[in-house]
Amino acid sequence: MSGYRLPGGGAIDRTRPLGFSFDGRPFQGYAGDTLASALLAEGVGLVARSFKYHRPRGVVTAGSEEPNALVELRTGARREPNTKATTVEIYDGLKAASQNRWPSLGFDVGAVNSLLSPVFVAGFYYKTFMWPAAFWEKVYEPAIRKAAGLGRGAGLPDPDLYEKANAFCDVLVIGGGPAGLAAALAAGRSGARTILADEDFLFGGRLNAERLEIAEKAGADWAAEAVAELASLPHVTLMPRTTVFGVYDGETYAALERVADHLAVPPPHQPRQRLWRIQARQSVLAAGAIERPLVFGGNDRPGVMSAAAVRAYLNRFAVAPGRRAAVFTTGDDGWKTVADLIEAGVEIAAVIDARTGIAHDHEALAAAHDIRLFAGAVVTGTRGGRALHAVQIRDAGGGTRTIACDLLAVAGGWNPNVALSTHLGGKPEWRADIAGFVPGPALPPGMAVAGACAGRMNLGDCLADGFRLGAAATGTTPPEAPETGPDATTATPLWRIAGTRGKCFVDFQHDVTDRDVALAAREGFRSVEHLKRYTTLGMATDQGKTANLNGHALMAALTGRGIAETGTTRFRPPYVPVAIGALAGPHRGPDFKPTRLTAAHGFSAEMGAVFTEAGQWLRPQYYPRPGESDWLESVTREVKAVRGDVGICDVSTLGRIEIQGPDARHLLDLAYCNMFSTLAVGRARYGVMLREDGFVMDDGTTARLGPEHFVMSTTTANAARVMQHLDFLRQVLRPEWDVQCASATEHWAMFAVAGPRSRALLQDLLGDAFDVAGLPHMGAAEFRWGRARVRLFRLSFSGERAYEIAVPARFGQALMRRICDLGATPYGTEALGVMRIEKGHVSGPELNGQTTAADLGLGRMMSKKKDFIGRVLAGRPGLCDPARPALVGLKPVDRGRRLRGGGHFLRPGAAPVIANAEGHVTSAAYSPGLGHWIALGLLAHGPSRHGETMLVHDPLRDGDTLVEICDPVFLDPEGSRLHA
Amino acid sequence: MRLSCPFCGPRDSAEFTILGDAGVTRPDPDAPDAPAAFFEAVYLRDNPAGPHREYWYHGAGCRQWLVVGRDTVTHEIFDVTLARRP
Repeated sequence: MSGYRLPGGGAIDRTRPLGFSFDGRPFQGYAGDTLASALLAEGVGLVARSFKYHRPRGVVTAGSEEPNALVELRTGARREPNTKATTVEIYDGLKAASQNRWPSLGFDVGAVNSLLSPVFVAGFYYKTFMWPAAFWEKVYEPAIRKAAGLGRGAGLPDPDLYEKANAFCDVLVIGGGPAGLAAALAAGRSGARTILADEDFLFGGRLNAERLEIAEKAGADWAAEAVAELASLPHVTLMPRTTVFGVYDGETYAALERVADHLAVPPPHQPRQRLWRIQARQSVLAAGAIERPLVFGGNDRPGVMSAAAVRAYLNRFAVAPGRRAAVFTTGDDGWKTVADLIEAGVEIAAVIDARTGIAHDHEALAAAHDIRLFAGAVVTGTRGGRALHAVQIRDAGGGTRTIACDLLAVAGGWNPNVALSTHLGGKPEWRADIAGFVPGPALPPGMAVAGACAGRMNLGDCLADGFRLGAAATGTTPPEAPETGPDATTATPLWRIAGTRGKCFVDFQHDVTDRDVALAAREGFRSVEHLKRYTTLGMATDQGKTANLNGHALMAALTGRGIAETGTTRFRPPYVPVAIGALAGPHRGPDFKPTRLTAAHGFSAEMGAVFTEAGQWLRPQYYPRPGESDWLESVTREVKAVRGDVGICDVSTLGRIEIQGPDARHLLDLAYCNMFSTLAVGRARYGVMLREDGFVMDDGTTARLGPEHFVMSTTTANAARVMQHLDFLRQVLRPEWDVQCASATEHWAMFAVAGPRSRALLQDLLGDAFDVAGLPHMGAAEFRWGRARVRLFRLSFSGERAYEIAVPARFGQALMRRICDLGATPYGTEALGVMRIEKGHVSGPELNGQTTAADLGLGRMMSKKKDFIGRVLAGRPGLCDPARPALVGLKPVDRGRRLRGGGHFLRPGAAPVIANAEGHVTSAAYSPGLGHWIALGLLAHGPSRHGETMLVHDPLRDGDTLVEICDPVFLDPEGSRLHA
Repeated sequence: MRLSCPFCGPRDSAEFTILGDAGVTRPDPDAPDAPAAFFEAVYLRDNPAGPHREYWYHGAGCRQWLVVGRDTVTHEIFDVTLARRP
């Protein structure tokens, strides 16, 4: 093929030449060109190698249905594989490269696969690489992946931004061809909020690709005027370069807007692409139709092109895709290409019309231009290597002829583009009169289908349909459709051409041939779903847009069924491939989820804290100081400071829930397994909450600040879940109770002040505002201190005398600073963890959703005097079994050994198999007080096994460690420090 | 998918959390067959293809528990009411 630019015409801007390169060679195109049109204009026919056989391939279509012309775009971090050259707008400096070839596009070693094609049939991989099984992962798969496949990803972080946005409208019109423009005009003129989305950068669809007439104007001009009118309507939004790719429940549509794909680099602060979620009361699907290829030998050779695409290149891009064309048609459609080729001055070698009765005006046209016409003839093969040189035909008499040409335009009829109508399960219906599937009656709610997409194949019907449905969507009277010029489209389907030579491709992108379909039929994979999975027909990135019907029709013929009976597959979103980056939008890296910072975060950062993620929160993990060599040294210092003096820890991330009302105490009794209605005002109590299945859900302390006022603490991780749970209890289970709950986590900043000097420090801090010494262990008080309302609790997680002091969040940072100024050492979650392990307090690793209160040594907390959530099922025999792993302490027999969480308990000498595992290590820490590592674990019959020696099996890290089982409270079991 | 919250109007399903079958009631914990009844209430669920009543929680909105009538086949939502009976 040796295409060239026509001297005039087309919707390109010849005053704006743009330079680009393909495989390193410099080329030139114009503004308005796609990469495909610009390459064709420069005479480039070979643009790709096929997936499996590495066959040379050229451009076949002029739209997003393109199966062949997949290229890599851009370089470096912006390199993007598998972009369709037919939809890529060129820009100055664009760099494109072919893919799936080595060493070069012209000479590709992988093409040897084509010679081996008898081996590479459908099901080949399943049949051939079965044995030995171990070879699959190491040998076969890497080799296959190297040989077959499409482009390469950039392998670098994407430098561009992606955005998500929402839009709401009364009418969403999908597709900006004649039917879509008409629908948008009818809806927009009524004042309804209307969105018109089209994947192309130019509205008009086939009006730009054909020489059609509307209201005595060129179709493209009518389209431009329609767009101008729509742009002037206040409630109409035009969305070019926007592909509606999915239909979802609740009249929700997903669309991808390519904001800056047509530019070298997105403008400052602009995203590369924008993902739209569109809520539309009504939608009009005007997605048009896709011309189907014909299945004959060598139908994939570069130079064989859709006849409609040839017209698009001639009329819209002013490009002749070849110098000497043949047209192979099964209906009137190909004759439009004949007329357009004549108009463009391209030599026509022959017209091959599969029908015997050819309309008189077609015959007259051929005669007038001295074109050889073969009626009742078919193309049986193509000649040429990397470009078409000739086609072989069989004429009506059975004679064979060879016709030299470098372009074969193929008109096989049109398939309505039903994809979006099937996303919610709608089943396409066969229409014999147009030989295609149209959307069935079960459409997505609110959707109507207009124009060619609904099987109405001529321009007048498309316009009338669009006006009618656009008006119907808004409850108005449709405008009168303008007069249109003649636009006859008939097609006599021709599913397979007998007696052809060479490979007949059905699915170009996945290299599925007619023989693969026949093999599937022979081997019993006859349903269209089996055919798809066995041969991979329609499973490439184009979802078989050009391939499916041909494949299904072949299967129908092979199995003696009709096409309607054989059926068709349904499409799933997305209609076109969507980059993961667009779906992720801005939610990547640290922005993957919201980050919550405590009120005193800034102060902790100032103190050099290293932060750790706790759900959405960032919490200080430890506060390294100059000269400390590692985290353990810092943590050890922090623990010693708390145990010997006083420390402060930001515990604002714990969930806090205010519970008020006459029935607040009843709610707590129901939620917690232990009793709360007996709690005195001014006191706090540790509580354990179960799920209804009897397992522990959460723990924390709840204080009673007034007769009808409690404040509950939850763990950081479960704050939202506990809130939801309490709301369920009071709204659903006990709606008759008078009790309200409100989350107050964000409203308070709270700090644990722990250590022997904590009381003195707080008294210094609070002065006359409060008598700290008067607050008993587990006491709670609320009082005013200057401008602040303060809540003070005497609670201890560390085992030291300790307090939790809470102030409104706005005072949090100042308070932490003051307390540190008074000499408290800030400590983080690591030191907190060390001290709670030393005291045998359970936390996240033990509250893992699989432990009961009894497992954690808290079984006696379960009240026998009242009902509570989880009571009945916690009493199940299986949950009371003493053989269940229960909480124990661990010390390494060799005190120098480190312990780690996760290892499994085995009896010394037992084989390391899961059947012998008797539990696992949950939490481990280095205890500065004891001078060795300690750990907590869950061990079968644990509480009765103190003193035993067990093996901790940890094959992934340090190997095996012998440990001594002991009481989980390592430090101060009498609690004397607590009361010191 | 969107749910029409009685307080907040039609809202995106991402604002809600589903709990499951709203037909389940908490058995009497003091009844003699309580263990069997609780086992059934906690673990045994029908999985109907068709109309279903479900508990949903509008956690990112009014924080109310709702009962949503939903067709599990077509995803049609036919009514949304407050779980807390008036």
